[in-house]
Amino acid sequence: MAEAMLIARGLHAYYGRAHILADVALEVGAGEVVVLIGRNGAGKSTTMKCLIGLVRPAAGEIEFAGYRTERLAPHAIARLGLGYVPEERRIFTDLTVAENLEVGRRPPRQGLEPWTPERLFRLFPNLGEMRGRPGGRMSGGEQQMLTIARTLMGNPACILLDEPSEGLAPVIIEQMAATIRDLKAHGVAVLLAEQNLHFAGLVADRAYVIEKGGIRYSGSMAELAADEAVRAAYLSV
Amino acid sequence: MTLATFVIQLLNGLAGASSLFLVAAGLSLIFGVTRIVNFAHGSFFMVGIYIAYTLTESFGRGSALGFWASVLAAAVAVGALGFVVEILLLRRIYKAPELFQLLATFGLVLVIKDATLAIWGPEDLLGPRAPGLRGAVSILGRPFPEYDLVLIAIGPLVLGLLWLVLNRTRFGVLVRAATQDRDMVAALGVNQAWLFTGVFALGAALAGLGGALQVPREPAQLFLDITVISDAFVVVVVGGLGSIPGAFLAALLIGEIKALCIGLGDVSFGGFEISFSKLTLVVEFIVMAIVLVVRPWGLLGRPGGEPRHAAATEPPLRPLHGYLKLAAAGLGAALLVLPVATDGYVLVLLIDIFVFALFAVSLHFLMGPGGMVSFGHAAYFGLGAYGAALLVLRAGLPMETTIVLGPLVALAGGLLFGWFVVRLSGVYLAMLTLAFAQIVWSVAFQWDSFTGGSNGLIGLWPPAWLASKSAFYHVTLILCVVAIVALRHLVFAPFGAVLRAGRDSPLRADAIGIDVRRHQWFAFALIGGFAGLAGVLHAFSKGSISPETLAIARSVDGLVMVLLGGVQTLTGPVVGAAVLTWLQDEIARRVEFWRAILGGVIILLVIAFPQGIVGFIRGRFMREVT
Amino acid sequence: MTVLQVEGLAKSFGGVAAVQGVSFAVEAGHLLALIGPNGAGKTTCFNMLNGQLAPDRGSVRLDGREIVGLKPRQIWRLGVGRTFQITATFGSMTVRENVQVALISHHRRTLGLWPRARDLYRAEAEALLARVGMADQAERAAAVLAYGDLKRLELAVALANTPRLLLMDEPTAGMAPRERVELMALVAGIVRVEGIAVLFTEHDMDVVFAHADRIIVLNRGELIADGVPAQVRADPRVQQVYLGGGTTFGHG
Repeated sequence: MAEAMLIARGLHAYYGRAHILADVALEVGAGEVVVLIGRNGAGKSTTMKCLIGLVRPAAGEIEFAGYRTERLAPHAIARLGLGYVPEERRIFTDLTVAENLEVGRRPPRQGLEPWTPERLFRLFPNLGEMRGRPGGRMSGGEQQMLTIARTLMGNPACILLDEPSEGLAPVIIEQMAATIRDLKAHGVAVLLAEQNLHFAGLVADRAYVIEKGGIRYSGSMAELAADEAVRAAYLSV
Repeated sequence: MTLATFVIQLLNGLAGASSLFLVAAGLSLIFGVTRIVNFAHGSFFMVGIYIAYTLTESFGRGSALGFWASVLAAAVAVGALGFVVEILLLRRIYKAPELFQLLATFGLVLVIKDATLAIWGPEDLLGPRAPGLRGAVSILGRPFPEYDLVLIAIGPLVLGLLWLVLNRTRFGVLVRAATQDRDMVAALGVNQAWLFTGVFALGAALAGLGGALQVPREPAQLFLDITVISDAFVVVVVGGLGSIPGAFLAALLIGEIKALCIGLGDVSFGGFEISFSKLTLVVEFIVMAIVLVVRPWGLLGRPGGEPRHAAATEPPLRPLHGYLKLAAAGLGAALLVLPVATDGYVLVLLIDIFVFALFAVSLHFLMGPGGMVSFGHAAYFGLGAYGAALLVLRAGLPMETTIVLGPLVALAGGLLFGWFVVRLSGVYLAMLTLAFAQIVWSVAFQWDSFTGGSNGLIGLWPPAWLASKSAFYHVTLILCVVAIVALRHLVFAPFGAVLRAGRDSPLRADAIGIDVRRHQWFAFALIGGFAGLAGVLHAFSKGSISPETLAIARSVDGLVMVLLGGVQTLTGPVVGAAVLTWLQDEIARRVEFWRAILGGVIILLVIAFPQGIVGFIRGRFMREVT
Repeated sequence: MTVLQVEGLAKSFGGVAAVQGVSFAVEAGHLLALIGPNGAGKTTCFNMLNGQLAPDRGSVRLDGREIVGLKPRQIWRLGVGRTFQITATFGSMTVRENVQVALISHHRRTLGLWPRARDLYRAEAEALLARVGMADQAERAAAVLAYGDLKRLELAVALANTPRLLLMDEPTAGMAPRERVELMALVAGIVRVEGIAVLFTEHDMDVVFAHADRIIVLNRGELIADGVPAQVRADPRVQQVYLGGGTTFGHG
């Protein structure tokens, strides 16, 4: 594993009285693709929201790019270079493709080639052909690409991708896998929350298995694929 | 009307529309981004005109530069006031349910009103006319003020500037993005706290500018806050929530129609006298009612532009536990024997509390289980009161009969208005209820020969057997308790369950064969009847009624009672009614600036108990069923 | 026996054809899967069947009776139950009350003032909950249920009026792999015994290939395949526009 850039230790989170996260710990190395895999309600989305600051953990530490972030507001964490692509995509449907990208724009980050709309349109040629189109008039797959592109405009060093394959056609999921491999090639680290083990297998280097708000297993993707017992116990496949 | 007067009236309408547009644009902008319906927006307008009065008196009499600088400075000052309000108050309540935000801004209205009274005093203040624009130009041989021509130009100018800001600047793109999803904007690295502050200050400044520009045209007066906010609400809703071009269009439409009504004056159609000038009080509400029925999201609004319900789902309702039932029965018994121990003032206060408890419980039934927030509940209270009073005074019926017939009048009103109301939802629905209430109010206010006009009706005394305070007290207590218990039962009945189902998920209710609208309609009418009963009792307890009985303030009182007690509880409205009635009575009798104190208390309560008083107690001391 | 017969269904939005000339049928006791790329017209098609959207052309017959032009709640009364992609339940009510409200509507007692709703059709509601394995959660608030349990509650509600046809929009969206297969096994068990026809949309090919009796594939508003799972899976056109290389789902 490369040097860790995103580290969480002992995270606890509650919604009202429900204990959603209990002692979650994980690390993502620079340029690494890590998957957080678990069923619905296991705590994947809450973990992601804690990392970006949309949910404040009740206890625990989060470190990103050398800064302690568990008490920071979402915009401050994003400015440190952590990108967030939410599960429901959350495109600004009234804004055009170009305007959606503008919302995500942040100053260039040292040591990284800055993302511009032109550069993103090379990565997502579809988007380039519809830059004046409102986000609301795009298909689910196109919206998913736009939300990733929008996040990249912030020149993140690491991206949180929450269930990007949900609700997409198999053929689009395969494109999504290719995109994630592209990002990795550009040196962007990715933490992926997923239920689809097939998809995770196409892109991830390492995996954490989360169940009932706690990390139950961690290992390389190859080890997880070989470990029938873990998959049967936590992933019900 | 000649062509010349017609044209002059059109121009008058345009001039009036400019200020209205500025206020409405600010309201719309603030609502779009913060999702707060800012009741205090009319207060910003009012403060704008007062500050402009002071500044132009000092600097704007002699020089045009001084005048216009004063107007701009007033707008900037109001923007700064908005900046402070946002940071001190609104930041603490963005996560509260939307109705509590409305309540807090209403508290702000009261505070600002008394602050204005303390600073500028109660007299109307008319500022100087603008230097260089004091003359008139001749249009078709008629004089038209030069200043009004400038006003006409300012509306489109500001619209254009706002369009440029929203569509051609990064700030504007962020504002539009935040209008849709503010958390996502934050997660993309935008500091939304400052974005909100900026938008709120800008919106306040627009309202302040709208006020300041009126300084040569109308005097600064203390009631401007409420008249302006209701005008601005109407404009925003007619134009479509969040649509600034829509607000412009609506301001023009309403400005023109009002001006034409004034111009037409009294017209006779085949022997029928129609007084169009009297219509000016309601014409905007009539326009709004028509627009909402034809285009439920306003002229340029779009479906889905209204706030999502931020409030958490309430826990399943349960009938009262045995010991709570016992406690309620004990309280009832104690109230029944109370007149033995006391009479006079305490009984009068308690009669008011019973009446308003019933009023609040009926409103709560609409808002809670019914899922329909009414801003015009006083209409049904007033229909009951006026219905009964007119039946006694004009038809000579005995009071006993009117206790049944008065509520039926209110129920009939509910049946008529409800048919339109249930076609809408959310803020639009609330505004339509307000429109109908204003129409009813203006009829009562203006029909001198029948309703007694602004003087109201007097001489409503109960028959001999009810003449003593304690006898009337007992009848009121029993009728109100029976009605409240009946409403409570209704919540748990199949009809009530179906209503709650339609509120929780209209999609699912429709998919299991429920005609949600029809049930809402019946509920609206039925609840009108219950509010009407409260109105009847109120009329006979006071011996007289006036248009105040069904004015906006009464509707707002009802909302405050329900929200203070807590929307998600069944006992809340009773507690809220008792607390507010007592507070109003107690503070108003002893303190000069009682509005400011009441407003301050409301604001503090919203910050301290966002779930209402009873909701807070329940959350704190009782175990929630999960 | 044919329960649902769709012929020549078409709908355009602003001149763009969303669905054109779609025809298919569903038999009693069978599960028919409707699949296709995002934006292919699946939702439009679904909404025309349940009455939310009026088709431009075509006919939809339920047990031989034309239902085009009826409102959703009228269609429900004729025996069409629905579940939604994003679950729609009455959050402020208990699980049992959710089913009771459906039963109250089924028995046309929605204007009733007596007795309390929670005392009406209690046994019937509990029997329905037992069929979907939710009997032990009857007293819980629907708002606090786990996602998989919400889906089962929706199924119980959809069964309350003894439907002839179930329309299920992405019934397993958001569920864990095994929960998905279990839910569809539950559905399949119930509908086969009672002879209910099912039409469902779905993106999880593991679920589709495990439980659908037939599959129809929609692309750009047109039906491009209709057949048993093995046929559809082997269809090169379906592979090209939808299934891809098959790397993102199982092969069982």
